[in-house]
Amino acid sequence: MPPAAEAPPALRLEDVRRSFRTGKRVVVALDGVSATAARGAVTGLIGPDGAGKTTLMRLIAGLLRADGGRIEVLGIDVARNPLGVQARLGYMPQRFGLYEDLSVKENLDLYADLQGVTPEERGVRYAELLHMTGLGPFTARMAGRLSGGMKQKLGLACTLVHPPELLLLDEPTVGVDPVSRRELWQIIDHLTRTAHMTVLFSTAYLDEAERCDSVLLIHEGRLLGRGAPGTFTAEMAGRSFLARAEGVGRRALQARMAKMPGVIDAVIQGSGVRVVTEAAGPSDQTALPSGGSGFALVPTAPRFEDSFVARLRAQSSAPTPTSGANDAPRPRGDPPASAPTTPARSAREDIIVVQHLTRRFGTFHAVDDVSFSVARGEIFGLLGANGAGKSTTFRMLCGLLPPSEGTLRVAGFDLRTAAAPARGRIGYMAQKFSLYGDLSVAQNLRFFSSAYRLYGARQREQLAWAEEEFQLGPLAEATARDLPLGFKQRLALACALMHEPEILFLDEPTSGVDPLARREFWRRINALAEAGVTVLVTTHFMEEAEYCDRLVIMAQGRVLTAGTPAAIKEAARASALPDPTMEDAFIAVIEAAQPARAA
Amino acid sequence: MKAARLRRLGGLLRKELLQIWRDPSALAIAFALPALLLIIFGYGVSLDATNVPLALVVQHPDGLTASFTSQFSHSPFFRPRRFLTIQGAETAMAARKVEGIIWLQSDFTRRAESDGNAPIGVIVNGVDANDARIIEGYVQQVWANWLTARAAVDGKGAALPLAAQPQVRFNASVSSRDYLVPGLIAVIMTLTGALLTALVIAREWERGTLEALMVTRVTVSEILLAKLVPYFLLGMGGMAASVLLAVFLFGVPLHGSVLVLTGASALFMLAALGMGLVISGFARNQFVAGQIAIITTFLPAFILSGFVFDISSMPAAVQIITHIVAARYFVAILQSVFLAGDVWPVVVPNALALAVMAAIFLGVARATARKRLD
Repeated sequence: MPPAAEAPPALRLEDVRRSFRTGKRVVVALDGVSATAARGAVTGLIGPDGAGKTTLMRLIAGLLRADGGRIEVLGIDVARNPLGVQARLGYMPQRFGLYEDLSVKENLDLYADLQGVTPEERGVRYAELLHMTGLGPFTARMAGRLSGGMKQKLGLACTLVHPPELLLLDEPTVGVDPVSRRELWQIIDHLTRTAHMTVLFSTAYLDEAERCDSVLLIHEGRLLGRGAPGTFTAEMAGRSFLARAEGVGRRALQARMAKMPGVIDAVIQGSGVRVVTEAAGPSDQTALPSGGSGFALVPTAPRFEDSFVARLRAQSSAPTPTSGANDAPRPRGDPPASAPTTPARSAREDIIVVQHLTRRFGTFHAVDDVSFSVARGEIFGLLGANGAGKSTTFRMLCGLLPPSEGTLRVAGFDLRTAAAPARGRIGYMAQKFSLYGDLSVAQNLRFFSSAYRLYGARQREQLAWAEEEFQLGPLAEATARDLPLGFKQRLALACALMHEPEILFLDEPTSGVDPLARREFWRRINALAEAGVTVLVTTHFMEEAEYCDRLVIMAQGRVLTAGTPAAIKEAARASALPDPTMEDAFIAVIEAAQPARAA
Repeated sequence: MKAARLRRLGGLLRKELLQIWRDPSALAIAFALPALLLIIFGYGVSLDATNVPLALVVQHPDGLTASFTSQFSHSPFFRPRRFLTIQGAETAMAARKVEGIIWLQSDFTRRAESDGNAPIGVIVNGVDANDARIIEGYVQQVWANWLTARAAVDGKGAALPLAAQPQVRFNASVSSRDYLVPGLIAVIMTLTGALLTALVIAREWERGTLEALMVTRVTVSEILLAKLVPYFLLGMGGMAASVLLAVFLFGVPLHGSVLVLTGASALFMLAALGMGLVISGFARNQFVAGQIAIITTFLPAFILSGFVFDISSMPAAVQIITHIVAARYFVAILQSVFLAGDVWPVVVPNALALAVMAAIFLGVARATARKRLD
């Protein structure tokens, strides 16, 4: 053990640069990143997808070579001595390659062999790791048969068989259910506190920043900020508020707040709207233009995300979220989206009815006896971890996959008998956007419009609408593959909306996009819902669930609970948890379901 | 240091063997694929004609014609059908219901007994020139056998002019399969050898297992060796199964020694696996790896190894190219070991060539493999 006092930092990055060539284009993944990570602490590498997190991890692990700059790990230059670094490093890639046909024990044995852990040392070490990860009862189980969260924990255990001095974790919590996520964080806290391990942890979940000792905020290959998470939120002191207005729907309120001068961010939170202002200070003059009665603006504690949004806004110099020509898409030429302030819930008309839906793959129940219904104009969420059955349910709702059992009615059509006419009424935006990467933006739009049987004047009209509405005109000739993630998402939404569907299916639409793109996306979705379009959305972002009118929480193919976000959170309220978040509620629901499943 | 190295290698080998055992795809490539291809090609790629439908037109049936036509009904090569008139037989041939016509005219018996020079009308469908020539040859052979047999019975064999003419081009016991099957083994093992290593490494890339592996103390040589050893054993198992199929299912004689066969197969397997390792160096998914393996190993081996197309009759430029096809050397060894025995002047130079190719492929694989992703 080297003496900690005079030891170099665990990690030193000096002006690290790296670019990739794809075809004729050069993509800059890292553009001069300099930073250090202190020993014995958790450093969070935080940023949206495509920010350069994985590239940086691989450079540190010696799997890639930097184009420029210098990387020192524990005082060793990675470029000169990658094997020397790798001997002292633990690296868990995003998709940790567990050998799925090997058991938990055999996977551990392999990594013990590779990391030079002698058989004598293993007994104690394994016991410790299995206890820490809770995998003790499953040592004989094949890794491929573990749940997503257990796989992540086994991956972590494999990297830790020989305790590394620096542990690199590349997005270990993405898509993992909240319970496993909490357990992973407990393990990480334990490692740094008791074993004094240094951890570099990358994530796209901004709320995880607050769990790190220090944060490197990275966006588009550049370092946007560094320091303790507290310093980020401290900057935002006095700039975050919760707005509420009686008699005004939260979506309408959000749309209104977002347009006000001095407001840089407005998102739905609970029954109100979270507002972030450009400068700290008085909130009283931020008056509501109309219907001011019953309007309240309450200061609230700033979040890390507020700071990220503020930095992004400052950087992009986009004045307000509503810089676009229009508020939101208006596919049907309906009155402006902001007009109906309270969606007519009185005459509830169920446009999607799902009863006892079951889908089996062999003996595996991907979806197990799921029932729910969605009213016209509602935003309905399916919330759950990877593998909970959300995407399978979606595919059945879109008529892409026949159910094993149960009934499905979409827009009045029974999907078992009339999948094709039902499909004409729905728009579907798939998880990875399913655009044609080699086609230009305009070609993608044209292709999808003709796939939805638009032609002639109507096609031209809708193409013009899409280009204007989604501000894709300037990018018409750009190749879809080369678009930034946020623009891909915008294009995919345009493609799904051109035939003016009554129902819109969104499968993990905002996974990994930066907060600004996510806000813009939700602004459009809200406006669509106000105009009467029914929206079904799957997500594993707990926070996004707040934007839904109603939602179901799914785990292992089953619906654990259903209701409005407020009601679901209300149910989780306890003396220990006076103000539960959606994540707290999710964990409570899963834990409540646990004994039932065991029985 | 050395103990740690052995432990790493042992760990990797154990993992590989467990995977082979639990995931049937590697076993399928090693055993099912060669067996399947051998059966399909072994029965399909044959230059022999058997069960050829043949029309027999006998205008004046009697004892003599019956003894002649019975030769056809008892031959495994023909499936004779009787027609009463030559017109009927010709119509059948036009419809490709029969491939040839044997026509014994009304004066057959008279002329056979008078001057022993009886005419036999043979009409062959020439659409498939190869088949036509084979049928023609068979008919001649049947005829010659018949004449010999008759001469023996009559005791006046020497008097028959055709009795001295059995130019046995087709011996009923020598089938083209006997020389095609050994060559086929070489072609098939080229494919399976390359596929085994190329696919399993590509699969590790796809599943992300290699990325985690690389950031351990393991070295590139250890990774390659851990792939080479199990799949070498597996490939040799597939090879042994193919040889057993050849000998017991296809009845190909094995004249040479099993030792020489094993030695040559081992060299060849190293070359094929080496090729697969080279492919795996740049193909990062199983689809690409599979395509490359088929295009760069199976097709050249099929066309350029000399197993069916004679190398010496190829254009000079193509002949030069055949030298970089490892299967070429193996085909030469296999054909001689199976059909002729351990012919050292054939075995030694070809085995040397295989050794050189194995060394080159393995060397290239080692030199191009990196413990990095770029």
